[in-house]
Amino acid sequence: MTNATPKPQPLPQPESDRYWDGLKNEEIWLQRSKATGKFQFYPRQVSISDPESGPDGIEWVQASGNAELFTFSIVHAAPHIGFVGDVPYIAALVQLEEDVIVPTNIVGIDPEPENLRIGMALQPVFEHNDDGHTLLKFTSA
Amino acid sequence: MPNIQRLQNLSGQAHIVGVGESNKLGKVPEKSPLAHHSEAAINALDDASMQLSDVDALFTAGWSTLDVAEYLGIQPRYTDSTSVGGSSFVIHVAHALAAIAAGYCEVALITHGQSGRSDRAPMARNPGTPMAQFEAPYGIIGPPVSYAMAARRYMHEYGEDRTRQAMAEIAISTRKWANLNPMAYFHDVPATFDDYHNSRWVAWPFHLLDCCLVTDAGAAIVITTPERARNAKNGSVKILGAGEGHDHSGISQMPDLTRAFGRNTGPQALEMAGVTYSDIDLAMIYDSFTYTVLVSLENLGFCGPGEGPDLVASQRTAPGGEFPLNTNGGGLSYTHPGMYGIFTLVEAARQLRGQAGERQLDNCNLAVAHGTGGLLSSTGTVVLGVE
Repeated sequence: MTNATPKPQPLPQPESDRYWDGLKNEEIWLQRSKATGKFQFYPRQVSISDPESGPDGIEWVQASGNAELFTFSIVHAAPHIGFVGDVPYIAALVQLEEDVIVPTNIVGIDPEPENLRIGMALQPVFEHNDDGHTLLKFTSA
Repeated sequence: MPNIQRLQNLSGQAHIVGVGESNKLGKVPEKSPLAHHSEAAINALDDASMQLSDVDALFTAGWSTLDVAEYLGIQPRYTDSTSVGGSSFVIHVAHALAAIAAGYCEVALITHGQSGRSDRAPMARNPGTPMAQFEAPYGIIGPPVSYAMAARRYMHEYGEDRTRQAMAEIAISTRKWANLNPMAYFHDVPATFDDYHNSRWVAWPFHLLDCCLVTDAGAAIVITTPERARNAKNGSVKILGAGEGHDHSGISQMPDLTRAFGRNTGPQALEMAGVTYSDIDLAMIYDSFTYTVLVSLENLGFCGPGEGPDLVASQRTAPGGEFPLNTNGGGLSYTHPGMYGIFTLVEAARQLRGQAGERQLDNCNLAVAHGTGGLLSSTGTVVLGVE
């Protein structure tokens, strides 16, 4: 897809390259603590549920993509010039089956409050941008 | 964990002796942010019968104290640029109290100046933060979107209609206070419930009238020792209790969208002050959005979770009501340059010193000032009082 005006793009860091590379392949890879079994989003150098184990205490696991809507806002006033052509759009926090919250957009749904229900089932949509990044968005399952 | 016993010994060991705004608030394109710092500093020092040469400690946020001190031409012996959003200035009060009591300094100046309206010297954003990496690409940028998502979650937990009514009550009662404040942006502009409901959407569930102003403004506070406070020509206000902290930066990392850090800073500040919520005569609660007030009142402990709508019902918080709230007209209707927290302190001090003009409360002896910064990220709470 082509952006008419520049949007802020992710600036991946060494600990998050695997996440962003996974999205390019339409896969969601998350970090999980080997000791506690807890997933975390976003990727970090260590697990915040078990920092003492260091980087070796983390394993990468592919997420199912099953998700629920946790909360949302319908954005009418673009907060950045890059989004002027997109309003109204749905900003959302989504809860993955792995019990992490992910910031995202809901797409493929007319942006009206009555079309969105907290707890509604969602599935991922991988949006490949011209600049080489893939964003993880969601639509109704 | 905070040592409450030691904090109680600190209670009252420094006083606010001067407060001031910059000369003109609102649309002020002819002045730089640092000019707002400077004007407010001089006004607050004058209120305290002091001069810039008396200042030996400087606190600011959004700017480095290096730049502000250089601009003012002062050489502080204690310096603190703690910058955790609009709550920072409330947090500076606690830091000034500790520094004065410890002997690092005697006259602390806290300044703020920002040209949010005229967009002079906009603040740079760091593209390396996780917020920039994981939220901004989705248009989750800046306060309205983030606070709106938190408000929507609150509606899910406690009821949409009830929440909507509470947000409208706060917008209208705050406007009524602004109508009594000659410095308020909306001093001459009344607002009705219909105006609220008919105002455009910014980020649903927020109407325009749920959102704070964006203005050009500055403010400053002068804090000193109890001994030097005796000379203050306009009276002094004791700093009785304080709490600060934060639990996330970006909204997607907030542990519980309906419970901000005021859950800790409120009880700590009151316990340090040795008072309870029923003792409080005035609540100055940072109102970046109507929702911020609603959730802050609950988090602080003025009422239980989900009970905020009852606390603000039927214009109880308006002039003449039982629960005076944001009597300057707040960020919603008085001024909000971008980091409003310092103005909660300015108004609390004025009410406690009996300098609030037409909006002056009867028997105002104890006030809570509460700042929320970032994306519901940080809070600072102080309890202020007079004899």
